[in-house]
Amino acid sequence: MVVKVYGQIKAANPQRVLLCFLEKGIEFEVVHVDLDQLEQKKPQHLLRQPFGQVPAIEDGDLKLFESRAIARYYATKYADQGTDLLGKTLERRAIVDQWMEVENNYLYAVALPLVMNVVFKPKFGEPCDVTLVEELKVKFDKVLDVYENRLATNRYLAGDEFTLADLTHMPGMRYIMNETSLCGLVTSRENVNRWWNEISARPAWKKLMELATY
Amino acid sequence: MVLKVYGPHFASPKRALVTLIEKGVAFETIPVDLMKGEQKQPAYLALQPFGTVPAVVDGDYKIFESRAVMRYVAEKYRSQGPDLLGKTVEDRGQVEQWLDVEATTYYPPLLNLTLHVMFASVMGFPSDEKVIKESEEKLAAVLDVYEAHLSKSKYLAGDFVSLADLAHLPFTDYLVGPIGKAYMIKDRKHVSAWWDDISNRPAWKETLAKFSLPG
Repeated sequence: MVVKVYGQIKAANPQRVLLCFLEKGIEFEVVHVDLDQLEQKKPQHLLRQPFGQVPAIEDGDLKLFESRAIARYYATKYADQGTDLLGKTLERRAIVDQWMEVENNYLYAVALPLVMNVVFKPKFGEPCDVTLVEELKVKFDKVLDVYENRLATNRYLAGDEFTLADLTHMPGMRYIMNETSLCGLVTSRENVNRWWNEISARPAWKKLMELATY
Repeated sequence: MVLKVYGPHFASPKRALVTLIEKGVAFETIPVDLMKGEQKQPAYLALQPFGTVPAVVDGDYKIFESRAVMRYVAEKYRSQGPDLLGKTVEDRGQVEQWLDVEATTYYPPLLNLTLHVMFASVMGFPSDEKVIKESEEKLAAVLDVYEAHLSKSKYLAGDFVSLADLAHLPFTDYLVGPIGKAYMIKDRKHVSAWWDDISNRPAWKETLAKFSLPG
């Protein structure tokens, strides 16, 4: 049976799951949930994801939500298939977990309101909070300094191999690089730039971009 | 060499501390003076480059982010104490799901309440009533979902206590105590029962007894 992913191929959080599946060679089917129509807040979707968000997955009797939890589950269950996204030792896995937490607490926490204000509010005809955007840019800059330092001595965030730690960043980074004017913050940093170029050249990412038809 | 936890008096490090105590793991703590900005000094930044607590040093191994530390401890000491990750890969999937819910959905509005109600004057920024009101509304909506879920499930990930439940302890302790919004928990029958259960676990009581914020 094929895993069903409820969400939108163009949405960032579902992309985390789809990218994990593409890296691992796991077959999936996307069941479209129309975010523009707020379908995720309607009763039928709330049965799958009670907080009214995407993605949610159904895999036979298994139901899960939270994209990072879904990615961890499949990376564990299919550890020997496709790309090894978690590392082989306890210590390596914990560093992967560490940088996944960093992505949620430091990068996503800043990038989400930035992208909401700069990309989405104009789409919905709402005013962009310019003061907030300036504050967030300063925070984002400082966070990227830490990444620059980390990637100076590590090819990938958790060490010398591509893992969920890198993968989890990619959907949000795509917004920053392709849909905001902030890509300069990345391209001006030698190591972050090198890292982004390398991970966004991976076949699974290219396949996801094709599916998303940007 | 014994595992060391930096910054034990603050809330986020308590996620790590309660896990260590649940698993019966020996550890030492090293205070970090956040009020004096010790976390921004080079010596600390070498352990945690974002300048926040906790940081953990386990022999030659360094790890930060409280929820990553929880997972590390629960996995490393899987064979002792309660199994906080569940028995199967599927159990663990549910644990990860609710641990992520805590991080992405429960914690952000509660953090706002913590900062604006408890720490604004100490940290030198104006307490924003609008932020407090909106954060309480967001958290209330989240707690409504928890109420429905906990009416069907004893603990968040199933019938066993897990990292997902423990992760909620430190900041919810602030919510029912110094933030002054215990009603948000008490007014919800199943959330209240769940809170009474997990907050009365000996490991949590020991965490509070030994490491509460002075004053």
